Amino acid sequence: MNIQEFILIIEAEFDEVDKNSLEPSTSFRQMEGWSSMHALILIALVDNHFDVLLTGEELRGLDTIQDLYSLLESKEA
Amino acid sequence: MALLKTENTSIRAIYTCVPTTIVRTIDYEWISMQERLLFTKTTGIIERRVASESTTCSDLCFQAANQLIEDLDCRNEIDLVLFVSQSPDYFLPATSIILQNRLGISTKAMAFDVNLGCSGYVYGLSIASHFIQSGNIKKVLLLAGDKSTISTNYEDKSTFPLFGDAGTATLLEFDETAKSWFFSMASDGKGKDAIIIEHGHSRHPYGTIEDETKEIEPGIIRSKKHLKLNGMEVFNFALKEVAPSIKELLSHAQQDIEKVDYFVFHQANKLINESVRKKLKIEAEKVPLSIDYFGNTSSASIPLTICKELATEALIENKIYLLSGFGVGFSWATVILNLSGVKTKLLEYA
Repeated sequence: MNIQEFILIIEAEFDEVDKNSLEPSTSFRQMEGWSSMHALILIALVDNHFDVLLTGEELRGLDTIQDLYSLLESKEA
Repeated sequence: MALLKTENTSIRAIYTCVPTTIVRTIDYEWISMQERLLFTKTTGIIERRVASESTTCSDLCFQAANQLIEDLDCRNEIDLVLFVSQSPDYFLPATSIILQNRLGISTKAMAFDVNLGCSGYVYGLSIASHFIQSGNIKKVLLLAGDKSTISTNYEDKSTFPLFGDAGTATLLEFDETAKSWFFSMASDGKGKDAIIIEHGHSRHPYGTIEDETKEIEPGIIRSKKHLKLNGMEVFNFALKEVAPSIKELLSHAQQDIEKVDYFVFHQANKLINESVRKKLKIEAEKVPLSIDYFGNTSSASIPLTICKELATEALIENKIYLLSGFGVGFSWATVILNLSGVKTKLLEYA
């Protein structure tokens, strides 16, 4: 999965986010209506699509979608 | 992980009693409407049942058990009363003993409490079936449930809208024709702080500090007497431990996952259950939910789901069930069993 496909999945999962509004450089905490509930949804999404278990601590250390994608790539490899 | 097998136990009946009072997520004004809708979408909780101030978990269990005992006419045959709960009536004595007397069960019966939550129903089944398979105990009354709403704070969005109250009664009996049951059970106390009520027992006895509420983060205000829940840690625990432990049990029982008819999971939240379901590649129709109309009901969630969703003969007879509870502790437990012949009822109590 490339980063554009990853962004499409995030946009599909988060109702509040408009399609084609996210970029790799988007800080996910700045996304419309971001809350702790979205963090759980993101962890579930990552677990489901990448089979990678992301801890809350790891997520807290990340800023942008690119950061997250890079971490997932390194964990998958 | 403890992998166990028991013989000669059948479940005769599972009754559940919930309070009549309904509290809807949409009316939870502590959070914005957008947050309420997201909460329902993520957890699945549309509404839940909340016990009145004077009703305890043991009252709900009593209602379920008394009706069960009357319907099955077995008051004098019960040898063991187990009460699985984390909201007992008193510090002491054990609530199971109070219920033995209140239900008119013989003083020859054993009675004791088991202090477990989300995993408690399966632990209760394990304890009961181990006593039964010895042959000396013929009938066990397993009472499981919680009044979790007693310890949640309205101003804490991480707990208040999540929990519902329920009490259940399950009658198990010695049955030489019963098929084997297979259990897996495990514990990890490293997770103790993820779901905890910190004050009020002997580590931190009640003082005045419990009356002081404190803002932990926006939308989360509580005191030390309230239930604290770290959703992220619980979620990670469930994603990490539940599916592998179920796979290990299936292998131990030499049970093909495709042949399991229903998977009844503890109703923690829909996101967790869906994630576990996808990990195990199970069809959604095989995973019934009760969280939508009852919330997270702790150790009552599995029997409640059975009473709500699987209450017809066609869904019970000759079907293979896998029941799995996981959460507070951390503690997790799964059983593979048969529920043929089980009578179910869902009752309400004002």
